[in-house]
Amino acid sequence: MLPIVLLSVFGIVLLFLGFMKSKAILLPATLLFLVITLAVNFLDWNKSYLYFNDMLRTSNLSMVFTAIVLGSAFMVVALSSRFMEEESAQPAEYYGLMLFSLVGALMMIGFENLIMLFVGVEILSVAMYVLTGSDKRNLRSNEAALKYFLMGAFATGIMLFGMALLYGATGSFTLAGVGSGANPQQGISLLTASGMLMLLIGLLFKVSAAPFHFWTPDVYDGAPTIFTAFMSTVVKTAGFAALFKLLSVSFAGLYPWWWTLLAIITALTLVAGNITAVYQNSFKRMMAYSSISHAGYLLIGLAALGTQTKQAIVFYSLAYSVATIAAFGVLLLVARQRATQTFTSEGVMSENFDAFNGLARQNPLLGFAMAVSMLSLAGIPLTAGFWGKFYMFSTAVERGQIWLLVVAVLMSTVGIYYYFRVIIAMYFRDGATEPIQVAPFYRYVLLAATILTLGLGIAPGLLQGLF
Amino acid sequence: MLTLFLILYPAAAATLILLFRGERVKQAALVAALVELALAGYAFLGFQPDASSQFGFDYPWLGSLGIRFSAGIDGISVLLVLLTGLLVPLIVLSTFNRNYERPSTFYALMLYMQAALVGVFTARDGFLFYLFFEAALIPIYFLAAMWGGENRIAVTFKFFVYTIFGSLFMLVALVYLYYQTPPTAIAPHSAAIEDFYKLKLTAEAQNWIFWAFFIAFAIKMPVFPFHTWQPDTYVESPTPATMLLAGIMLKMGVYGLIRFILPIAPLGVGTWGKTAVILSVIGIIYGSIIAIRQRDMKRLIAYSSFSHVGLMAAGVFSQTETGLQGALVQMLAHGINVVGMFFVADIIFSRTNTRQLDQLGGITRTTPKLTVFFMIILLGSVALPLTNGFVGEFLLLHGVFTYNNYLGLAAGFTIIFGAVYMLRMFQKSMFGPTSSRTESFSDLTASESWVFISLVLFVFWIGVYPHTFLKVTEPAVVNLMKYIGTATVSMK
Repeated sequence: MLPIVLLSVFGIVLLFLGFMKSKAILLPATLLFLVITLAVNFLDWNKSYLYFNDMLRTSNLSMVFTAIVLGSAFMVVALSSRFMEEESAQPAEYYGLMLFSLVGALMMIGFENLIMLFVGVEILSVAMYVLTGSDKRNLRSNEAALKYFLMGAFATGIMLFGMALLYGATGSFTLAGVGSGANPQQGISLLTASGMLMLLIGLLFKVSAAPFHFWTPDVYDGAPTIFTAFMSTVVKTAGFAALFKLLSVSFAGLYPWWWTLLAIITALTLVAGNITAVYQNSFKRMMAYSSISHAGYLLIGLAALGTQTKQAIVFYSLAYSVATIAAFGVLLLVARQRATQTFTSEGVMSENFDAFNGLARQNPLLGFAMAVSMLSLAGIPLTAGFWGKFYMFSTAVERGQIWLLVVAVLMSTVGIYYYFRVIIAMYFRDGATEPIQVAPFYRYVLLAATILTLGLGIAPGLLQGLF
Repeated sequence: MLTLFLILYPAAAATLILLFRGERVKQAALVAALVELALAGYAFLGFQPDASSQFGFDYPWLGSLGIRFSAGIDGISVLLVLLTGLLVPLIVLSTFNRNYERPSTFYALMLYMQAALVGVFTARDGFLFYLFFEAALIPIYFLAAMWGGENRIAVTFKFFVYTIFGSLFMLVALVYLYYQTPPTAIAPHSAAIEDFYKLKLTAEAQNWIFWAFFIAFAIKMPVFPFHTWQPDTYVESPTPATMLLAGIMLKMGVYGLIRFILPIAPLGVGTWGKTAVILSVIGIIYGSIIAIRQRDMKRLIAYSSFSHVGLMAAGVFSQTETGLQGALVQMLAHGINVVGMFFVADIIFSRTNTRQLDQLGGITRTTPKLTVFFMIILLGSVALPLTNGFVGEFLLLHGVFTYNNYLGLAAGFTIIFGAVYMLRMFQKSMFGPTSSRTESFSDLTASESWVFISLVLFVFWIGVYPHTFLKVTEPAVVNLMKYIGTATVSMK
């Protein structure tokens, strides 16, 4: 499991690089580390190995998930050049923590043993608590970090309790052991049921599924935008990889017991995320609710666990991650630009929809990148997001869960409403501003995200032979 | 292969046009559209009148899922491909006296729209159809919302959400149908539309599939009571976008009825067809009556279009050969007439700055050319014999009569009402005393005349010798009737 080792080492190296006078090296170094890890990740391609005393397993699926997580991290880091300009920023620590949290994410993707899952979740979360509060002079950032930490710690506690109960019921911590111990032949025992439920609640909290989503808006809104982008992509992808593994390996036999519950949670998440997003005036807060709603779409694949689920989750997480990062990337630029012009009453920079007015005229590229990612998140054809939704809807049809599908379809329409507010602001409203300066590298990242979104939208088959 | 070119070429041309600047953009767009017209004309003339799909292509797209990138032209799509090819250059030409901001984007969006429209009419894979169906919405939304009138943002947004909402139900139906298909040699299922035709679905499934498709298409056309987005959108959009919407995009709905609902859910049509016909007939009468009351020319034409499309839908659901033939020819005819009417409204608006009928009048004094062309198009619209409207509406009414006498009678009011509101519009705008706004009205320019000459040519061609068009659609319609016929047999 070379990527985990490498990322840990690189994280420590980054902390030491922070002692150097010039901080300019940190960003390229981090990018290089991520590329190396990404390359190393594929060494085990088409082979399946067990590592660390059978605690971790690599498979093509885990490598694809790892690649999505690392790729997302690469893009987020590439868009983070703003660190350098801030006095109080500690870029070495930020990058180091990001790499450490990736270690956690990789463990969540590859775990074979529940203990490893717990360790992964904790590594990921602790790093994220710190990053959330990294804008330490900003009250809202502090509030977000505290909220995230308290609620997150509580959720991990529940999760750990669930694991203990499962161990009590099945006598094993391994995925396969729990699976065979929780044999549905003689019915489900109370111990197994409550253990499974608590474990799922812990993970559902991490991916912000309703009704465990209340922390999400405040944390996403309060955290520095760049870490919001990191959180809403890496954490979510890792969380769903873990959920998929648990449900499809350990609890597949118990499907009749949990699917109704999960389907209800899915419907709740879809409704809560989408409806609340409509009422937001802040783009960033809207993106927080949008991430809740996308958790809902991803959950459809799990609630309708079947042959298509694997593909659906991989495709959806990729489409969602790319679009989300591009959207936050544009937001970063816009918010900084508008910060010099308009301050809100609280003294924070404006991240409202109005900030995007007229953007497409001044900066066609930024406008286009944002428009494509909004279309993708809304699931409009010719973007990757459409195929993501298509796969998810297919899984539901395959299982015959039509009522869930109807909820999802209705909520997609609601989604169009708030995603298009941005497009309308950018293209059809006037904002008297001068163009925003975009660094070339920044531009390439946004362009790459846009091309990827459109490319997967036109030729979704590109990803098919991969796993 | 020609079909592939017909779809990809406008998109490629549009991308190139984005690089052009200034006055040359219009010319480039016109040339690009004329080339597409030549291709579409070639397809139309070279089309063998049988039930097969021609000029097609078929590539794996999501190969392992059995979803294919495949399209072709058959008797049902051929007239619509011709219509798309014909109208887009005329719409481009109609803008030659107008200057739109950021012209390269404007014309590029029109050509992207054309690519998607041809894709809709030729797709042979259910999901490809859906993809184009939605993709056509993006350029028209931007066209309408960027260059539209004062209230454009709210109005076009309603239009967008409304139509997407409808088509999502179609997506659900398509996915459902896909999972019903038997495994093929290479994939577990197939999304080819022809394979959907072969399915033996239960009556219950057909009923809900009928509604899933019907809502999508009824919103697009629109059929009463799904029409509330339409008048406002037509009025607020810039005229070229309105022409695209009314001239071509509306036909996506009628085409969908013929392509999907009739052959896939014949039992659903058996159960719910009457409801659909009644809704359509209500639309015909309701639209006509509102049109009679309108003062705004564009709004009047919008309601007239709503009324006409109701007749097409009723004709399709009559499930008769004449009704279907009529719908296909009428789609072509209506596209030509409605573009002509909107162009007249645009010319009057650009010269007088008003579309209100009571502020107009006396235009005939200075405009012999406009008067003649306006009159011919208008007569086509009210279905006078020897014009294009007559052929289509006659066949459609015949179909509806065969289906049900009373409904046919009610639908027949469309001709009477049509004459009332159209002639009223003509009278109020062209005759009578001149107003301060119409005093110095100048006659048509050369480019405007060419648009009308081309339109009028087709008005008479279809009106006098409809055989050219009917003969290419007939075998496909007869073939389609088989699916409907077997259903009625199995019902007994």
